[in-house]
Amino acid sequence: MSSVVELRGVWVDFGGHPVLEDITFSAAAGEFVSVVGPNGAGKTTLLKVILGLIRPRRGEVQVFGVPPWKLGKQRARIGYVPQVEEVDPRFPLRVLDVVLMGRYGALGLGRRPGAADRHAAVEALKLVGIAHLAGKPLGELSGGQRQRVFVARALAVKPELLLLDEPTTGIDPAASESFYELLRRIQKTGVTVIMVTHDVGVISRYVDKVACLNRRLVVHGRPEEVMADAALAEMYGCAALFFHHGRAPHMVVRPHSELREGRR
Amino acid sequence: MSFLGYVFMQRALIAGALIGAGAGTVGVYVVLRGFSFIGAGIAHAAFGGVAIAFLVGMDPLLGALVFSLLVAWGIAYTSRRAAIKEEVAVGVLFATSMALGIFLLSFIRGPRVDLLGYLFGNILAVSSRDLVLSFVLAGVVFLAVLFLYKEFLFIVFDPGMAEVAGFPVGLLQGALLSLVALTVVLSLRVVGAVLVAALLVIPAATAYQLVRDFHKMVFLSACIGVLEVIGGLIISFYLDTPSGPTIVLLSASLFGLVLLFRKGTR
Ligand SMILES: Nc1ncnc2c1ncn2[C@@H]1O[C@H](COP(=O)(O)OP(=O)(O)OP(=O)(O)O)[C@@H](O)[C@H]1O
Ligand SMILES: [Mg+2]
Repeated sequence: MSSVVELRGVWVDFGGHPVLEDITFSAAAGEFVSVVGPNGAGKTTLLKVILGLIRPRRGEVQVFGVPPWKLGKQRARIGYVPQVEEVDPRFPLRVLDVVLMGRYGALGLGRRPGAADRHAAVEALKLVGIAHLAGKPLGELSGGQRQRVFVARALAVKPELLLLDEPTTGIDPAASESFYELLRRIQKTGVTVIMVTHDVGVISRYVDKVACLNRRLVVHGRPEEVMADAALAEMYGCAALFFHHGRAPHMVVRPHSELREGRR
Repeated sequence: MSFLGYVFMQRALIAGALIGAGAGTVGVYVVLRGFSFIGAGIAHAAFGGVAIAFLVGMDPLLGALVFSLLVAWGIAYTSRRAAIKEEVAVGVLFATSMALGIFLLSFIRGPRVDLLGYLFGNILAVSSRDLVLSFVLAGVVFLAVLFLYKEFLFIVFDPGMAEVAGFPVGLLQGALLSLVALTVVLSLRVVGAVLVAALLVIPAATAYQLVRDFHKMVFLSACIGVLEVIGGLIISFYLDTPSGPTIVLLSASLFGLVLLFRKGTR
């Protein structure tokens, strides 16, 4: 079976320092993978490698069977929600215009979005529950609403591969919950979803596979395995322990030194 | 006799309309991307090009065109490589090409070079040949914006995402800066090298105060640009003042009025 994303022995350096070491990872069609790890672990870097924005020093990357920097028009099959959207919030654009940008890649050079693209953009806005904001200027939205606009832009692509970098930052818990439900529905239609998150609740309930990353990567199957895995402590350089209280797991993180000194 | 009765005025007004519309349109991208300083840098490079053209006996506007295009791509390349910040590159080029221009022009003897005209604009200066070049330059600018409208919007609003979507961001950036260069050369005769940058900024900044929709901003900025250049030319005709400063002062006044009377903040 061919995987949608495949990394073999991937190394990435920044300024001579390794940021990703010997990453081997794959995601099959329709799989829901979450990537967890502490700040600076290389999660965003991993997504950028998959997007072809960063070329690894060593190793092999394939997305839809080709190196991502050679995807060309096929890039339009990938939806991406960046961790921080570095756009000017006062840019004079309406919400619908921003979401329409998700369609630009598939249109290619010189072609303007048409009725079908506008329809796809409106549908995407409906999916994230802000269709009523379509005509509003971006600058008049709250932070959480703006985040949903960028999620909608990624969905407007009608992606086969959806990459999300902490997409629920700034989104209220109820909306996050329905957002995860939405991701699951999208995944059920055969879309591969790779999501960086610190939200452990989502991991246990929605995800097929957990990738624990701290420069190196360990992939686990079902979330329960992660929680029992002692290797996780080593991965984080600190102990990450999951406790079950009823159905909702919690993650408790403590410094490694504390652990070693036996003060748990 | 009204100003319309003079052939030089008719030519200046036609050129002025093209300049206003071109600078107003390209200016939207310049303002939204924060390229104002780059516009000034390219304008000064154009002046250096004028001087070199005079020395080698080339058409000064062609010299300006070649030189400013080179600088535009130089800036685009430098900013892509991110070896130094583009502002630094512009800062160096800015003064150097200006100095080079005036330095070289001081060697030219014989027929007096209209130095002030190239610096501050001269409505008497638009020859019918210049007018033809204006149509060509403006035509290229409008066609490019028409064809690459959404691409330019994308790289100005969110270059990172444009890259993800597979657009050649570096080339598009170079193309956009080339349009800035073309607009500068287009405006050189009437507005002058020192003040072109203002024309690339003020109409768009005025439109930005008035609307919050990108598409409307482009249209409005082009209209404001045409009004201001034409208005400035007519005033400069009657007051016998240099056209560049007159146009810029008129534009700045309108900008100030809009700022005062517009409702709310943004
Ligand atoms: N452009 C860059 N140049 C140099 N170093 C970088 C660059 N981008 C990231 N790094 C470094 O690479 C490491 C991994 O960064 P990355 O952004 O991938 O972490 P992350 O896991 O996404 O962290 P966070 O949870 O804070 O988002 C960090 O140590 C960071 O300092
Ligand atoms: Mg990150």
